[in-house]
Amino acid sequence: MWSSPFITTPSSVSQIMLRVLIALIPGIAFYVWYFGPAILVSITLASITALATEALMLKLRNRPLKPFLSDNSALITAWLLALSIPALAPWWLVVVGTAFGIVVAKHLYGGLGNNVFNPAMVGYAVLIISFPLHMTHWITPNLLGGTELSFAGQLNYIFYGVLPGGMTLDAVTMATPLDTLKTQLHLGLQVSDIRDMPIYGRLAGKGSEMVAIGFAIGGIYLVFARVVNWLIPAVYLGTLFVVAGIFHLADPVHYVTPLFHWFAGAAMLGAFFIFTDPVGGSTTFRGRIFYAAGAALITFLIRTFGSFPDGVAFAALLMNICVPLIDIWTQPKVFGKKGGGK
Amino acid sequence: MRRLDHFHGGIHPDEHKLESSELPSRIAPLPPQLILSLHQHIGAGAKVQVQAGDHVLKGQLLASAQGMVSAAIHAPTSGTVTAVRPHAVPHPSQLPGLCVHIEPDGKDQWIEHAPLAYRAIPKSELLAKLREAGIVGLGGATFPTHVKYSLAPDQRIQTLVINGAECEPWITTDDRLMRERAAEIVRGIEVLRHLAAPAETLIGIEDNKPQAIAAMRAACADSDIEVVIIPTLYPSGGEKQLIKILTGKEVPSGGRPTGIGVACSNVATAFAIHRFVDYGEPLISRQMTVTGNVRTPQNIEVLIGTPLQELVRLAEPLPGVTGYILGGPMMGVDIEDLRLPVVKGSNCIIVKSAKLFPPAEPAMPCIRCTRCAAACPADLQPQELHWFSKARDFGKAQEYNLFDCIECGACAYVCPSHIPLVQYFRFAKSEIWQRERESQAAEVARERHEFRLARIEREKQEKAERLAQKEREATAAREAITLAQALAAKQAAKQAADPDFEPDNTQQMRINAAIERAKAQVAAENPKNTEVLTPQQQAEIAEIEARRAKLREAAAHPGADDEPPKHS
Repeated sequence: MWSSPFITTPSSVSQIMLRVLIALIPGIAFYVWYFGPAILVSITLASITALATEALMLKLRNRPLKPFLSDNSALITAWLLALSIPALAPWWLVVVGTAFGIVVAKHLYGGLGNNVFNPAMVGYAVLIISFPLHMTHWITPNLLGGTELSFAGQLNYIFYGVLPGGMTLDAVTMATPLDTLKTQLHLGLQVSDIRDMPIYGRLAGKGSEMVAIGFAIGGIYLVFARVVNWLIPAVYLGTLFVVAGIFHLADPVHYVTPLFHWFAGAAMLGAFFIFTDPVGGSTTFRGRIFYAAGAALITFLIRTFGSFPDGVAFAALLMNICVPLIDIWTQPKVFGKKGGGK
Repeated sequence: MRRLDHFHGGIHPDEHKLESSELPSRIAPLPPQLILSLHQHIGAGAKVQVQAGDHVLKGQLLASAQGMVSAAIHAPTSGTVTAVRPHAVPHPSQLPGLCVHIEPDGKDQWIEHAPLAYRAIPKSELLAKLREAGIVGLGGATFPTHVKYSLAPDQRIQTLVINGAECEPWITTDDRLMRERAAEIVRGIEVLRHLAAPAETLIGIEDNKPQAIAAMRAACADSDIEVVIIPTLYPSGGEKQLIKILTGKEVPSGGRPTGIGVACSNVATAFAIHRFVDYGEPLISRQMTVTGNVRTPQNIEVLIGTPLQELVRLAEPLPGVTGYILGGPMMGVDIEDLRLPVVKGSNCIIVKSAKLFPPAEPAMPCIRCTRCAAACPADLQPQELHWFSKARDFGKAQEYNLFDCIECGACAYVCPSHIPLVQYFRFAKSEIWQRERESQAAEVARERHEFRLARIEREKQEKAERLAQKEREATAAREAITLAQALAAKQAAKQAADPDFEPDNTQQMRINAAIERAKAQVAAENPKNTEVLTPQQQAEIAEIEARRAKLREAAAHPGADDEPPKHS
């Protein structure tokens, strides 16, 4: 016995997830352009790990492999994690992070649709707490000139931990623009002096600002293709802009511009790809406003006053915790219970 | 131009209307057998008035309405009643229901019938006649029309909404009817206007039916009925949604449109009313769309009770039939048995093929994407309701307004995880109803049990009390008698000793009184059953007495209480 409706839209979970993956491509392209192909290696490693651990967990949980392995959700976790951590890192770093995300954050909570926390962000949090040193070596963008590691050299380092003779890790990597800003402010420098340093470009960090623009392009595609709801990116970026703007206007010597916050670190990735993850996000209209505004506030506070280089991952995890409460508080009025309509 | 409001959500499924909307509708030939369900409207089933072997004429009453919310059933043609027994009927429960089976005699001979000068009779009489004519809402819900228009004295109808939206894909009966019978529909609407006396009358039609709009506009040219074009959006034809679009008013949750001064009827209902008032014909036929995997999708005027297979045969099914949908693809019912008869609420039968209706894809877990919530015309959060229904947390499901779900299917239509959401909600609703029935039954049983225990206890106490009382009284009486007799003896002795002794009258009287009292007390040990009563019993008796008095009074002044209202 089959119950109505007897027709459905052709959309599917795997198709939605596939579009998200496609939307990540412009950002990844810029990444390769400015930082070399190492990121493709870590994305591949993460993808293999994600699919392997997903298959293993499905098997252990007696779930069918085919529909779940082809839903593309594990690949999103893999790609987001790979994009959140340094590309030039020992191979096991991304493998451990991805495996933890898929096994613990996703499947131990019940698999697709049941995870409370964003698996990629859980993986990131585990790595930054367990292996903080490895998480600070970001490839120097080729725009800065200087020593450049060949692709073979990058592979050699990733898999064998060996650099070409005479080359040190510090010569080919650097701290992130956000990290550098924080360190230099601690040393007593002013924002204007720091921004004159060669690693900074027009908006934020050289190279990385272009990657952020790439994510924004993909994100806008997702919004127009109705894959993600427009509200969360809009409120997140809006709140981040307003809060950072207030601090910047009050004290431009110590606080960077709101645009810097937009295009530095993972803000764009977060706005369109992380906070928009529906599973752990709020589901109501007002709830999404609270959720995204809270995430922006936490991002700003961690970046500005915290000790971690970026705040996006922790903003996502902390807001994931609040979602059940937010949703309960923000249930909309249903038809016929709005007090007599107009 | 009227300013239209809108409802939340809605979807745009493929329309598939052109398949069946372009052929003129035809009349189905007389089928070899007619099967009339006694339960083809909302409310109480009709009470059968014929028996096997009876010969009936076309339009003759087969079953009468019983109770307020009910409607009569009539013979769709002349013939012989072959049986009154259960048969499979198109009811969501899929259980067989009691049906009158008629074998047509081919003469199609009408019973005596005449047009109704409805403006010359009181409205209450007109309503009663609609009930007797079996007129129910033909938009799908089959709510008896006379109930809808039985307004309380203080109820005023601001807007009469006529529903010609026909928002469900594939179905084109209302479209065809409006194109072909616009003037007749308007005559039916006039009857509804007479009943509801609305300040404005609006016919809402979706913009994908330009010919129907033109026809209705032409038919309404001389009246102040307004034909309003509304954007095509499923489910605009839902009563509450259409009212919201046209008037901006929201029917309160759990309420009826009349509560906010709106009455709403379907165009097909108006047409049925026209047939009744202008020709005296009860509701014995209706228009149906036969479409899908058939050679000639079309609209057919069909007698109520016609087996569906007769209709499908007329449209000539193509190879590769995978099943049938009675109703539309969004809210219809999957059926396998084509012997099911047409009922008043049947508006469409769709012949399925694997190409037109591919089997449902396996469901994936909900990813909380809220496409369902965005599509829901009742502003519900289907993703939450699904979660609660699946977890059998029915209290929470109710808290999240499960019963405001109209089962339109928009949520399941958009779900990327292909979750049969409506099925979950129907399950949760039926579970809640079942539990309520059980808890009500349990409550009644519990009360009855407690009452019985209390009664036994009370009786025991009363008995003990009575026994003790009796004992005390008996002792007292015996003592009193002994005392009195002793006194009497003493007096007699005195009298005997002194012949002049004047008996002390007062004393003698006291003695006699004491004896009487004692005797009375002894007599009271076996009281009449009306004397020792609890206050509750006394109250009951008083109530019964009052009722009796009223009855006596009523008998003395017949008709004083229920005199029909006078009409000028």
